[in-house]
Amino acid sequence: MQNSLPELVKCDVFSLFNQMRSVSVDLNNDSSLLIDIPDALCERDKVKFTVHTKTTLNSFQKPEFSVPRQHEDFIWLHDTLVETEEYAGLIIPPAPPKPDFEGPREKMHKLGEGESTMTKEEYAKMKQELEAEYLAVFKKTVQVHEIFLQRLSSHPVFSKDRNFQIFLEYDQDLSVRRKNAKEFFGGFFKNMVKSADEVLISGIKDVDEFFEQEKTFLLDYFSKIKDATAKAEKMTRSHKNVADDYIHISATYSYLLICLHSLCVINAYRHLEKFSELLEKLRKVEGRVASDQELKLTELLRYYMRDIQAAKDLLYRRARALADYENSNKALDKARLKSKDIPQAEENQRQCLQKFDKLSESGKQELTSFKGRRVVAFRKNLIEMAELEIKHAKVRIKSAVCSEHNLFTHN
Amino acid sequence: SRKQLVPPSVDLPRFLFRLCFQLSPTSPEPASLPAEDISTNSNGPKQEILLDDDQEDLFAEATEEVSLDSPEREPILSDGPSPAITPVTPTVIITPRVDASMFDRSPDEDEEAEENGDTFDLQIMVSDPEKTSLNLFNRNEFTVKRRFSDFLGLHSKLASKYLHIGYIVPPAPEKSIVGMTKVKVGKEDLSSAEFVEKRRSALERYLMRTVNHPALLKDPDVIQFLESTELPRAVSTQALSGAGILRMVNKAAEAVNKMTIKMNESDAWFEEKQQQFENLDVQLRKLHASVESLVCHRKELSVNTASFAKSAAMLGNSEDHTALSRALSQLAEVEEKIDQLHQEQAYADFYLFSELLGDYVRLITAVKGVFDHRMKTWSKWQDAQVMLQRKREAEAKLQYANKPDKLQQAKEEIKEWEAKVQQGERDFEQISKNIRREVGRFEKQRVKDFKVVIIKYLESLVHTQQQLIKYWEAFLPEAKAIA
Repeated sequence: MQNSLPELVKCDVFSLFNQMRSVSVDLNNDSSLLIDIPDALCERDKVKFTVHTKTTLNSFQKPEFSVPRQHEDFIWLHDTLVETEEYAGLIIPPAPPKPDFEGPREKMHKLGEGESTMTKEEYAKMKQELEAEYLAVFKKTVQVHEIFLQRLSSHPVFSKDRNFQIFLEYDQDLSVRRKNAKEFFGGFFKNMVKSADEVLISGIKDVDEFFEQEKTFLLDYFSKIKDATAKAEKMTRSHKNVADDYIHISATYSYLLICLHSLCVINAYRHLEKFSELLEKLRKVEGRVASDQELKLTELLRYYMRDIQAAKDLLYRRARALADYENSNKALDKARLKSKDIPQAEENQRQCLQKFDKLSESGKQELTSFKGRRVVAFRKNLIEMAELEIKHAKVRIKSAVCSEHNLFTHN
Repeated sequence: SRKQLVPPSVDLPRFLFRLCFQLSPTSPEPASLPAEDISTNSNGPKQEILLDDDQEDLFAEATEEVSLDSPEREPILSDGPSPAITPVTPTVIITPRVDASMFDRSPDEDEEAEENGDTFDLQIMVSDPEKTSLNLFNRNEFTVKRRFSDFLGLHSKLASKYLHIGYIVPPAPEKSIVGMTKVKVGKEDLSSAEFVEKRRSALERYLMRTVNHPALLKDPDVIQFLESTELPRAVSTQALSGAGILRMVNKAAEAVNKMTIKMNESDAWFEEKQQQFENLDVQLRKLHASVESLVCHRKELSVNTASFAKSAAMLGNSEDHTALSRALSQLAEVEEKIDQLHQEQAYADFYLFSELLGDYVRLITAVKGVFDHRMKTWSKWQDAQVMLQRKREAEAKLQYANKPDKLQQAKEEIKEWEAKVQQGERDFEQISKNIRREVGRFEKQRVKDFKVVIIKYLESLVHTQQQLIKYWEAFLPEAKAIA
């Protein structure tokens, strides 16, 4: 048994995804531009997404088409959007994180090492569980890439972006474009982002009440949601550990029963066997609870943490625009003093003010709709999580009561 | 408020009297009796808790005074559970507390310090005494104080008497230097309280198993242990821990193997059983390790859930949308309650399963020891036969050597070894018979033990899940109210 994960996992995720498309809401409703990722391939570490577009817009060459894309292509698209001046007043949807199969891969490796200490059945179950985990990571990464595109397609401004269109339509490899972009933008943006928080925090108190409140709120909320995400991740991992333990226990226990078979009175064997069945059911439930919690809670928090970061970036850009405006004011004053280059300075000041006003106006809109979006998404996920927890608890009770009933009737 | 899990009484047919005892930790003030303490610390059969009216008098008229140096310690052999004396079913509830006088120990007692551990109050109730035809005890209800080392001492005596004739003597709990030190240092933290509880529970199970054994219950050492108000302090050489005994047994087993005894196993039953116990040993250890891992991970889950709850509360405070903020705070409360459920579940996992499995791992070792003793007994018998043969050959030679004194001596030696061979055969047959019976009893008991534990586990599972449903169902309308 090789330690490598399945070489090619072709995944028809369409039907499986319906319950997962809930981290963000109100997407893909506009039939003029519908995007989804119906298919994905995993080769070694590289994931190839099939981006499928259906559109009634004339700007596209065909009404329906698909292209293969890699994660790096998504990042390229995101970065170009960030760098576009026009979009400074908009919340740029957060870039999808890199597909990370490290967790399942490490576990698979450990499993391979421990193969000799396990029974065949135990090993098979662990392997099965690991494949499910791998599949879950896979599904999550497809979902998060899909949502990124759908955020763009459902936005009045982004959906018209030229690079977005290229991303959807261009049937050649994007890697050449990517390289050029990197050389152009390079570390420019990264350096900007580093001091973003400092600018925000140390900035002058905003005259505009709305933005001042937003700044305070977003800064605080971001640190809280970051902490909550980390704690939720730890909690989910513990759940997974418990579920894995149940696999070992269930397998060892049923093997134990085989050993005991001849030692046991037949009646006794029967209800011990029932317990073995229960353990098997319990372990499945535990696994499901762990993965549901991951999706509904941890993934929700993770996504909105990134989204809040994107909102913060907007505030930062506005703060920069404000700083530019103030600098232009100072430059104008200086020019007036020296009586030199006054028209340019006036023009510069006017432009800065215009930019700032435009940013503020669209920023306000974006932040307001963002709040609405966030609240709706939280509501949906929290309800779904509570309902799933109740469902799983009922399953556990039903299994236990069945077992107990059997134990008593076999008394 | 932690649930106290009490090993259940097992109803056996035809038993004539019930022995119930409660084990509770000695209270710091020795004069008052722990009747009240039992009510707070256990949910055992409270109706049978003894009243302390006569306690002072009982202590004053201590009747039993058995010296440890009595030379003959004859084991009580029984051929089987006789109808008149059927196994009793003690219910042991032990409540531990640290004995304040522990800190006043003089230096020369320190080497035994680790053995001493907590003092426990052992409360014994004999119910239905009218039905008993055998008056094992002088009184029907009484309390005694026992130290941890006393339990170890009891076990070492029983082991030395019964193991070599094929009785499966239940192993005593392990000593634990680390745990004990924490308790002594007076650490009031959760882990030292847990340690004491773990020890208390282990002692309870140990005593229950011992008293459940029909032959062991009648043993004078056991009766003395249960009844006498002052037990002479177990001398350190005698107070071997359960581990010590097992080490001895294992060494014996190794020695037997090293002698490469090729026992001609005429009895397929023994061969089969030995193999089965080998397998059982391996699987039980594995299962035990997995359950211990589960307990550990569930504790981690509990900690992480509590941590998340706090974080969610902070997030709720930070949230500026009113309804969502409230929902997040509610979520935090739910998760906090769930943390408690996780703890309960971990407790159940541990005390129901992990400890039981640990007990059985040790019991299996005792069983294997008993099988090894049988091999030793067989080997001794064979050696006696070989010796007898030699003596006969020697005598034959002396027949022609015309040395009348030596011939006489040789004839006497032959008689001696004939007797030894006979005894060896008898011993072997006896131990084989005992083992068969013991294994049968062991298997029945094991099935019962596991069944009881499974039922309890299921009940606790159902309980925690019902709570879980309650919490989430209370949360649901809050989540739906987010507008």
